[in-house]
Amino acid sequence: MTTDSIPVQTADARPGVAKKARKDTPSGGRRRQLFRHPGAGRQHHAGPVAYILLGIAALFSLFPLYWTMVAASTDNTRVTQTPPPFLPGPNLLENLGKAWQDAALGKAMLNSLIVAGVIALSTVLFATLAGFAFAKLRFKGRNILLMLVIGTMMVPPQLGVVPLFMMMTELGWGQKLPAVIFPTLVSAVGVFFMRQYLSEALPDELVEAGRVDGAHSLRIFWSIVLPIARPPMAVLFMITFVHAWNDFFWPFIVLDMTNPTVPVALTQLSAGYVRDQSLIMAGALLGTLPLLALFIVFGRQIVGGIMQGAVKG
Amino acid sequence: MAISTSTPPDGAPGIGAERQRRRTLLHRLDVRGAPYAFVAPFFVVFAAFSFYPLIYTSWISLHRVELSTLNLMEWVGFDNYTALWDDERFWNALLNTFTIGVLSTVPQLLMALGLAHLLNYRLRGSTFFRVAALTPYATSVGAAALVFTMLFERDFGMINWMLSLVGVDNIDWENNKWAAQTAISSIVIWRWTGYNALLYLAAMQAIPRDRYEAAAIDGASRWQQFLKVTVPGIRSTIVFTIVLSTIGATQLFGEPLIFGQGPNGITGGADNQYQTLGLLLYEEGWKNYQMGRAATVAWAMFLLLIVVFVVQQVVKRVMARKA
Repeated sequence: MTTDSIPVQTADARPGVAKKARKDTPSGGRRRQLFRHPGAGRQHHAGPVAYILLGIAALFSLFPLYWTMVAASTDNTRVTQTPPPFLPGPNLLENLGKAWQDAALGKAMLNSLIVAGVIALSTVLFATLAGFAFAKLRFKGRNILLMLVIGTMMVPPQLGVVPLFMMMTELGWGQKLPAVIFPTLVSAVGVFFMRQYLSEALPDELVEAGRVDGAHSLRIFWSIVLPIARPPMAVLFMITFVHAWNDFFWPFIVLDMTNPTVPVALTQLSAGYVRDQSLIMAGALLGTLPLLALFIVFGRQIVGGIMQGAVKG
Repeated sequence: MAISTSTPPDGAPGIGAERQRRRTLLHRLDVRGAPYAFVAPFFVVFAAFSFYPLIYTSWISLHRVELSTLNLMEWVGFDNYTALWDDERFWNALLNTFTIGVLSTVPQLLMALGLAHLLNYRLRGSTFFRVAALTPYATSVGAAALVFTMLFERDFGMINWMLSLVGVDNIDWENNKWAAQTAISSIVIWRWTGYNALLYLAAMQAIPRDRYEAAAIDGASRWQQFLKVTVPGIRSTIVFTIVLSTIGATQLFGEPLIFGQGPNGITGGADNQYQTLGLLLYEEGWKNYQMGRAATVAWAMFLLLIVVFVVQQVVKRVMARKA
């Protein structure tokens, strides 16, 4: 948080003081006061311009997805005409079926589900354990270790990709799912996220009370921490799931087309194996659908989770 | 334990004391040891699959290793580095990574800032706008790049069609260097603007209201409030997103690969016009089968990141001193 770096005298700006000061200011301040919602200093109501701009932003966000659906529901000749189609055509199911077969998406989806599921579960478990330790337990080297966790956020996985590939080949995991799963079992961002949450949401007294009652650490974790940490754990699960589902670079290197995840399978669509543009779009749509469903159901929670992680990070 | 064996004559109390002692011992072990056990999984996995490979990369980069015979490592010293230094493709990829990085990061963060500001108003349907802004984040690189490749198609793409409505001739998005880099950047911008906007929005909502009141009293217009209160108030978040986007930009891989549609993907276009360092790494290792060379590229990327990081720290210091 940088809030301390702003040259505003907060002590003088307490509501009462500010109100008194406002009365003294000449017309400029008083005029402004008229337009202000009572009690709201900054939360101006959005005017029509704001709504129009937000509408445009929403259109930009959603249009490519809508158009994927449009293109996936027409046939190749229609989609390559100008002007391009803007309304859905009749071939959606047919194209989805074909894309499913051509890009081996069934297997890819199952693989992605396994990979993203296992990674999200283990990330959440280990992040909560470590986050709890960093937030509430005292031990030697805690600060240094926490700095290490934060430092590791800066290391992109790409940099170790060559030895990692050699390791996986040696382990006999080439083209197999463990090669994708193991390197991503934990996440520094996750640890930090849980630590930030638990530092505030879990009262020290609760942990101490548990200790007095003779509970050992794992027991405290199980009976006190887990129930409190459930909401951020759900958010972390979803965010990690989305990331793991969409991860591309490492799966693309270590897996091949016989055993792909969804993003890897989708490259097959672009790599010239399929020339039919409608089919390509159908494949892209299929690969995105599970996550879109997740967003439609849990969109609000995911948004809240990202914001919560951000304000404290 | 000698003491405890000497006490039994007293009977039950001794056994109780023994139990008590064992309990405190266990308790102390638990209090001391459990924290390490809890953080251990993270560090073990990280050490094995991130830290060790990162270090080992530098060792591999001093060898000649072929993809087909991974266990045969031939010491070549700094040959890979000098070869990389003399390789035009490396400088080209470095420059492309930089230009695509700037083209994607700068507009992305500026737009995110504006979007966050809009979302920070009192809004009807604010949840809808927030979820809508974040939806692109749910699409994979694969799907997003496929869709944009089609939108940017030269002959029938929607973007060229729209440009033709305002009298702009067909742009060859794939083969024109700047057009291709712009198109690739737009994929990145589309996917990440909403995400960054939410980070900014969260930080904006943490700014104390008093500051806006104080600014308003001083006669600051909304625009001035935005510049003098909002932006400084979320400065650390802005720095954070710059770091994240920069790391993302140095790694750029999927977007240009898929945009290239097939054989041209790995080389970053027929003339390497949009080959990034990530693509070069892949080309050296998995197309030319030279893992040692690929490791050299990875190490160069690491150095690049360190340089960027140092520059950012300096900028941050200077900015802090000004404020």
